[in-house]
Amino acid sequence: MDLENQKRVKEFAEQYGPENIVVLLGAAEGEASGLAAETVTAGDPTYAGPLTGVSLGLTVYHVCEPEVKAEFDEAVYDEQVSMMEMVLDVDDIISEMSAIRDEHCKYLG
Amino acid sequence: MSILAGKKVIIIGDRDGIPGMAIEACAKTAGAEVVFSSTECFV
Repeated sequence: MDLENQKRVKEFAEQYGPENIVVLLGAAEGEASGLAAETVTAGDPTYAGPLTGVSLGLTVYHVCEPEVKAEFDEAVYDEQVSMMEMVLDVDDIISEMSAIRDEHCKYLG
Repeated sequence: MSILAGKKVIIIGDRDGIPGMAIEACAKTAGAEVVFSSTECFV
């Protein structure tokens, strides 16, 4: 994840409390989704950014995962996301994201 | 239980996937407060 974005995520977690934050990702592949999810839960796996060694344990979902998709207005999702969703490997994204969540999220309801 | 309603949401979109603004539009319909939205580029 972009180093500037890591810094922002860290600041928001301190400002609002990590239990009140949900991170939504729009990455194009499972691997990129998993890396971003790992960054905001276990810490930056590339050891490059401000979240290196910082385990925020934030709740994180990809926007195409069924759990969050069910909470969106269907018409807005169709208009904004569904075109791109068709070309993404959503099963791969779901599998990467659930593995990271199961292992590293601290605030799942 | 709702995941997004009443939460502060940080959006990390992707230029080659789903852009931040598209995710933001969806998150607002779920009752989330978007505190940050960006679109990354992995090139």
